[in-house]
Amino acid sequence: MDAFVDETGLVAALKAGEEWAFETVVRLYSARLLIVARRFVRNDDDARDVLQSAYLSAFRALPNFAGSAQLSTWLHRIVVNTALMKIRTRRRKPEEAIDDLLPAFQDDGHHVERFADWATPADVLLERQETRQAVRRCIDQLPESYRTVLLLRDIEERSTQEVAELLMVTPTAIKVRLHRARQALSTLLRRELRPGSGMVTSGLQPASKL
Amino acid sequence: MDLDRSPHDPPITCRELTSFIADYLAGELKAEVRHAFEHHLSLCPNCVQYVADYRRAVALGRGAYDDDATAVQDVPEELVKAILAAQRSSR
Repeated sequence: MDAFVDETGLVAALKAGEEWAFETVVRLYSARLLIVARRFVRNDDDARDVLQSAYLSAFRALPNFAGSAQLSTWLHRIVVNTALMKIRTRRRKPEEAIDDLLPAFQDDGHHVERFADWATPADVLLERQETRQAVRRCIDQLPESYRTVLLLRDIEERSTQEVAELLMVTPTAIKVRLHRARQALSTLLRRELRPGSGMVTSGLQPASKL
Repeated sequence: MDLDRSPHDPPITCRELTSFIADYLAGELKAEVRHAFEHHLSLCPNCVQYVADYRRAVALGRGAYDDDATAVQDVPEELVKAILAAQRSSR
């Protein structure tokens, strides 16, 4: 879709305050941006609020848009930042603990659990839409502050330093949260997807391998 | 665990190894710690599997949203109108 847009012309028209340019941008990018907002805030109403505020911030910041980034990338970042603000303002209840999802150890430092081979590689698992949905459900189950860091670091691919600044905590805290989030996700995925749990592998492995 | 390990230190435990996985995968462990990490892996199939699970979780997380762009749905017209109206009134 982006390939057909004359972005330089569009940005110039936006900066000149042309009504058609605003409408073009909103019609062109909103669907994807709404999905990004929803990924962070986890419900449709908040996602719409985020999108609306993000556009207002973006249009206000237009004079600062240098054009070194793509317009879609620039809007994407503003949506993420706006979603983070939304999450911050609505956090009222104490956060669920993540400890139950972290690995348990015996007194001598050994793992309590025995981990088993999955047999099916991640890229093969990801070919199935049900798997992708299941993984997203698992990510949605993570406590908010861990889920946010996982999304920003692993999915948005922002740097530790950048995420630390966005969330106003230390880089070390971001590293700890990311590590715990991944461990918790790993636990949830084992429960949800591992061979024998009856979901993903049915039909994937030849009977002779079972 | 002390990050400044010497070759004479006892081998790290599964618990310690687990705390180093993210830095190991990011290539950020000091050589001594990385050697201790890899030495533990060479002796502990359960930790090999745990690290594989961890990597798989990262890979599955990264790939979980790949179909978002193709699953794009139409944005409700009233939302488009609301955004444009808000933009007009803010000028």
